[in-house]
Amino acid sequence: MNDLHTLGVGELASAIADRKTSSVEAAQHLLARAKQHSALGAYLAVNEDATLAQARAADARIAAGERSPLLGVPLAHKDIFVTKDFVTTAGSKMLEAYQSPFDATVVQRLAAQGAVTLGKLNCDEFAMGGSNENSAFGAVRNPWDTTRVPGGSSGGSAVAVAARLAPAVTGTDTGGSIRQPASFCGVTGIKPTYGRCSRYGMVAFASSLDQAGPMARSAADCAVLLSAMAGPDLDRDSTSLDHPAEDYTTLLSRPREGATAAQPLKGLRIGLPKEFFGEGCAPDVLATVRAALAEYEKLGATLVDVSLPRTELSIPVYYIIAPAEASSNLSRFDGVKFGHRAAKYDDLIDMYKKSRSEGFGPEVQRRIMIGTYVLSHGYYDAYYLQAQKIRRLIAQDFQAAFAQCDLIAGPVAPTVAWKLGEKSDDPVANYLADIYTLSTSLAGLPGMSVPAGFGAGGLPVGLQLVGNYFQEGPLLQAAHAFQQATDWHTRAPQGY
Amino acid sequence: MSLTQSDIGRIANLARLELSSAQSETMRSQLNGFFDIVEQMNAVDTTGVEPLAHPTAVIDHVSLRLRPDVVSEPDQREANQKSAPAVERGLFLVPKVIE
Repeated sequence: MNDLHTLGVGELASAIADRKTSSVEAAQHLLARAKQHSALGAYLAVNEDATLAQARAADARIAAGERSPLLGVPLAHKDIFVTKDFVTTAGSKMLEAYQSPFDATVVQRLAAQGAVTLGKLNCDEFAMGGSNENSAFGAVRNPWDTTRVPGGSSGGSAVAVAARLAPAVTGTDTGGSIRQPASFCGVTGIKPTYGRCSRYGMVAFASSLDQAGPMARSAADCAVLLSAMAGPDLDRDSTSLDHPAEDYTTLLSRPREGATAAQPLKGLRIGLPKEFFGEGCAPDVLATVRAALAEYEKLGATLVDVSLPRTELSIPVYYIIAPAEASSNLSRFDGVKFGHRAAKYDDLIDMYKKSRSEGFGPEVQRRIMIGTYVLSHGYYDAYYLQAQKIRRLIAQDFQAAFAQCDLIAGPVAPTVAWKLGEKSDDPVANYLADIYTLSTSLAGLPGMSVPAGFGAGGLPVGLQLVGNYFQEGPLLQAAHAFQQATDWHTRAPQGY
Repeated sequence: MSLTQSDIGRIANLARLELSSAQSETMRSQLNGFFDIVEQMNAVDTTGVEPLAHPTAVIDHVSLRLRPDVVSEPDQREANQKSAPAVERGLFLVPKVIE
């Protein structure tokens, strides 16, 4: 079969299980494709021998009669997850040749289900950024327009799915890093409730915000991956929630109470925060999102107005808390146990300073500086503590909104993908572009981006759906119903 | 509030970063640009509001666990030191700190 790259997770798993193809053939096909489209910059590392060994093992399990929804399916991981068989860089020169002695829990859980790893995907350095231009190993190009950014930080992940280099991938989301690139590249992505997926083996950025999630071509495929990824990891991640794993695939098409065939979402109340539909959002994005919401009404949902009054405050609050945690997490990079060490230095302190200044890129250094400052003596209460208090108010605002609705919807980002280089000299402009995703992250709520259509220049626009804690099932169900009625998620950029 | 060049030097030292004077000046102006948008936080009345660390604690008590203090990992010294910049006889090498 030479059209294997057009298949999603479900179709590919069936084709492999029915012996129409094999895991080895699928892996070879996708690796060849990754090579063919290497100019996109999506992949940072491949290891054909390791991939094919995993694929052969999956084929043997299938030959022995085993069946499971991911058995033999090739996937790729954001280069934030540590892997034994592939170098892990986190997009940083600091970790240029880092060989992890273990696999991240998420990687290990997917592998246990028989998924095969194609390689590691480019991202902003230590997941800090929203355009993937902060990678030490080069920018990633958006396949819908290669002069534009793919979004970030999971930019390589979004591009691999959009350009059909992998049927599905993993990403991580700290302040929007799954949802925003998914929106910019026209793919489906979900960030689950904070604490749902183990952070063990995820290179740490901001520990109270970091969360892993899948990105794929449909909500149904995301459900397959998330079912394998999520679940308690109590001995290895102290913030992992003791909440049993769920099979999100069975929830997908389970009819809602009162639903009809024509109106599968009858009774669903979707809240529209007025702060997400204001002047700050580009008209083409607003029009696309409103058209998607009209489709939701056809499916039986009711739209209600809600308010998240502290949306604008989520920017400073996030950009205090995340850099504070980052400055602490990144203090481990000292040129001693792993990572880059400067070639020349005078003494131990000088070695630390030179190694860190050479190893970290500009955005990472900026965030370390902000974090160090807001945690330093005399400033902690005014900045860090105040930010954590407002964080609680932001989380309470969501609870007040959920008293009036079942899901919240709005744009993922105020614009479509911008041009490469357009905002790279202006860090604050990048931070402001995160306005619609940060509050969900601060509150630890599950959020999705669902392809909703196209805006200016034929560029994809995502609809953001946010659920209450542990509502990943209903969230995926609402996205799935939309994708049964529309075909935006099936569109591929020309030439891919 | 506005950060000065000497503030940037002090913070960089705490963060163990070495900035050239040009980098230091760029950093100063970018950080001041950032702290302009932070100012709005001061106007929020947070009297009596508890800081939120684990987000789901907003709906339910979350206790951070400690695992039992038992050996659970095999010896992986070689694998763990594989990516170290300088190792000798199983030890990490650093510049001399005591004369």
